[in-house]
Amino acid sequence: MAISYKLQRRKVVHQILKERGDAAVITGIGNAVHDVASFNDDPKNMYLAGVMGGASMVAFGIALAQPKRRVLVITGDGELLAGVGSLATIGVEQPKNMSIIVIDNQAYGATGNQHTHTGSGVDLVGIAAASGFKKTALITTQAELESELPKIHSEPGPYFAVVKVTNKSSPRIDAPRDGTYVARRFRAAVTGESM
Amino acid sequence: MGNKKSKNWHWSQDVHALFKKLGIEQVAYVPDGGLAKLINRCQADASIRSVVLTTEEEGVAQMAGAWLGGQKGVLLTQSGGVGNCINMLSMMQECRIPLLALVSMRGEWGECFPWQVPMGQSTIPALEAAKVIVHHVDQAEKVPETVHAAARLAFDSYRAVAVVISQRISGSGSRG
Repeated sequence: MAISYKLQRRKVVHQILKERGDAAVITGIGNAVHDVASFNDDPKNMYLAGVMGGASMVAFGIALAQPKRRVLVITGDGELLAGVGSLATIGVEQPKNMSIIVIDNQAYGATGNQHTHTGSGVDLVGIAAASGFKKTALITTQAELESELPKIHSEPGPYFAVVKVTNKSSPRIDAPRDGTYVARRFRAAVTGESM
Repeated sequence: MGNKKSKNWHWSQDVHALFKKLGIEQVAYVPDGGLAKLINRCQADASIRSVVLTTEEEGVAQMAGAWLGGQKGVLLTQSGGVGNCINMLSMMQECRIPLLALVSMRGEWGECFPWQVPMGQSTIPALEAAKVIVHHVDQAEKVPETVHAAARLAFDSYRAVAVVISQRISGSGSRG
């Protein structure tokens, strides 16, 4: 029987974003888009509303190009599992300015809460640690979240955390849907260049 | 650019020099024999971050990130890896993000290994279905100019472009 968790995904994401500073934030497909957009529509947000499994590697490319900026991935367990090999690549490459935060509801929330492997014992924190992530954490309580917050934003990375949350859904708050618009706005905000 | 008539000339030396001229700072790949010399040149170059991938779609995502962060990159892949990239390429199309990919062919000219043929024959149709512009090249001396043209189309016109390098050039797979 799966354990039930009490943290609420939206409150967790908002608490992380409150202290983001000038970080770039990349979301994975699904609820992570709504969690981030519902805090604020920052131009340094890149919402990936497609390309399941791609969030970590998009963020990695940004992290290499923007070595002085923190790059945060906020994604779900289903999205991360779809590109789990990326953890090996990022573990080998060791980008210091990158943190991956997996909001783990143990379910595919966008399609009707079907189970993901994380509810059946697959340990993403263990995979990240074994892949060479410098710092990893499993967060299940508010106290653990608060003690990890400074590390999420400034610990030399690559940093990886799984936050176990309840699978109750939050209201849908859409991000801008046009990828071309979001991508150009993001690029201008993080590079200061116009095209 | 090297002397194309020299016996030791290989297209990879001119393409590597072109990468430098274009300011390519990230190269990502799953290794392939047809690209091995170019990969070795990039790995030996401290001004290019060479990243080994577990699967080619990671590289499509990384290239999107490189551009979003203000750098230029190149994805190097064998034709077999193109099939892994299809869904990730939707980001290039939806976001109009440049992609420059070099694809070395198998399952094509003189292939002696049957398992390479299905994906090799699907490579160009799959790229085109994903709205990637294809430049096919089958003479070694034309590879550098083709990569140069593809780079302009990609980075200056914000398009996804693949230079498909014929097996006729690499000679891979000729003995199975």
